[in-house]
Amino acid sequence: MSEKVLMKGNEALAEAAIMAGCRHYFGYPITPQTEVAAYLAKRMPQIGGTFLQAESEIAAINMVIGVASAGKRVMTSSSSPGISLKSEGLSYLAGCDLPALVINVQRGGPGLGGIQPSQSDYFHATRGAGHGDFHMLVLAPSSVQEMASLVFKGFDLADKYRMTTMILADGTIGQMMEPVSLDMGEVREYDKPWAVTGTRGERKHNIVNSLSLLPEELEQWNIKRYERYAQIEKTETMYESFMADDADIVVVAFGVAARVARNAILAAREKGIKAGLIRPITLWPFPKAALKEAAKHAKAFVSVELSMGQMIEDVELAIRCSRPVLLCSRVGGMIPTPEEVLAKIEEADKTGGAE
Amino acid sequence: MKRVTLFAGHYGSGKTNLAVNCALALAGQGKKTLIADLDIVNPYFRTRDSQAELEKAGVRIIVSPYANSNVDVPALPDEMYRVVDDKSYHAVIDVGGDDRGALALGRLAPALKEENDFDMLLVVNFFRPLTQTPESVMQVIREIETASSMTFTGIVNNTNLGSQTRAEDILSGAQKAKELSRLARLPLLANCVREDLIPSVRDQMENAQPIRLHFRADWAVF
Repeated sequence: MSEKVLMKGNEALAEAAIMAGCRHYFGYPITPQTEVAAYLAKRMPQIGGTFLQAESEIAAINMVIGVASAGKRVMTSSSSPGISLKSEGLSYLAGCDLPALVINVQRGGPGLGGIQPSQSDYFHATRGAGHGDFHMLVLAPSSVQEMASLVFKGFDLADKYRMTTMILADGTIGQMMEPVSLDMGEVREYDKPWAVTGTRGERKHNIVNSLSLLPEELEQWNIKRYERYAQIEKTETMYESFMADDADIVVVAFGVAARVARNAILAAREKGIKAGLIRPITLWPFPKAALKEAAKHAKAFVSVELSMGQMIEDVELAIRCSRPVLLCSRVGGMIPTPEEVLAKIEEADKTGGAE
Repeated sequence: MKRVTLFAGHYGSGKTNLAVNCALALAGQGKKTLIADLDIVNPYFRTRDSQAELEKAGVRIIVSPYANSNVDVPALPDEMYRVVDDKSYHAVIDVGGDDRGALALGRLAPALKEENDFDMLLVVNFFRPLTQTPESVMQVIREIETASSMTFTGIVNNTNLGSQTRAEDILSGAQKAKELSRLARLPLLANCVREDLIPSVRDQMENAQPIRLHFRADWAVF
């Protein structure tokens, strides 16, 4: 039989976490990510791990802070409204420089919104996850296979940079089923001399803390953190380029929107329009250099999103507004069709994006 | 063919697709058919996705008005008792996944057992991560039978890897299904095979049942 299994995106997130050595999960059920918790509730006891359904999302993220402080790989997951509740904890994780993995399988908002897919937490994930100056590494899977591989990679990046990695998925990729290879390779172990593991009276005790009593010191913590971020922007940016090298019209899309865009690009090429796709895999750091390069030959860009237009701001920033950027979007749980994306590509091609 | 056919099994094993296939086949034979969706677990991927096709074929659909909506509540359809009250119909029941999904069946179990004209079919896909062996499926069987207070009468093997399914996957799945049939002492009634793969496996296996996928989307191919 094949080495692959047929998994839901949410199940792939959960199994990949186990393969990455995560043995602690804290969460609270919410559609459309509930299968992550349901799957781990079955699997964690089988392998001596901890599955705990917390009394709330806020409790769960604070349990994550606890395990991360002890130097162990730890994860929580939720969907948009639940992620809002975790925001305070995300800021504390950053302030404490703790590695953790947080999954957001987005649904329509704001407020309670709906249970159909969305990408309207882009701003939250890339800019406003909580108070204070900080970033999370934000990874955007576009297939069930990537749900697995980016969780595996996300744990590694989190440990490497002592940061929170957020998997910014959407309800479609969470719920859909596809064949997955779970061959993830070796887990890389990182020394964590800062972890609170007990001194046995042999060393000075460690303190994991985000409170500073001195403004001079707090300023230095922030500056050091941003030096690390600058390094990450240089070395960890990931994106996929599809027929974009010679493209007149460059479509930018991630997650499920990228899958739809791909079909539209193939249709555009059949009509003789040179369209291509740049699919950010890391939303932070955003693939600015790739877009800037594409602006040299592209006459216009199209941002395809399941939001009222959030990533489009990063596209415009990346190319310094040197080309028009059109928005193709559906919201509230709706997904753009390939025909809608194609129409926007044709509009961009005809007018050069000029309004 | 019994008057009532129930499809139950592990979460994501293909129950809804098979139930829809079954209802369409019955209606195609000119039988007065209904399909009842008793899923109380999953708000997505419901029989309602095939509503137009089912209605066109003359199948009556019994499904919670909240299925496929934003109202994420474990609701049963108010018309569900038609399954046991109106015996003029051939009824196909799509049961929710796992033991939690099968719990809702308990309400119909006394009437179904009294009438004793049903088949309860276990749907299995050996490519699902938690049911890769006959032994792990035995556990699912026990859990569902306990939750529903019903016992299975047969097995439908639905082993597949979606669009990547190859002939050899079908054949090795059929081997595992045979072993499961022996362990569970239940007849293996069908091995589901996507229509286009039928010619390459037909001579090497028994009970090959051609099947057509009823759900697709613009983002499915990547």
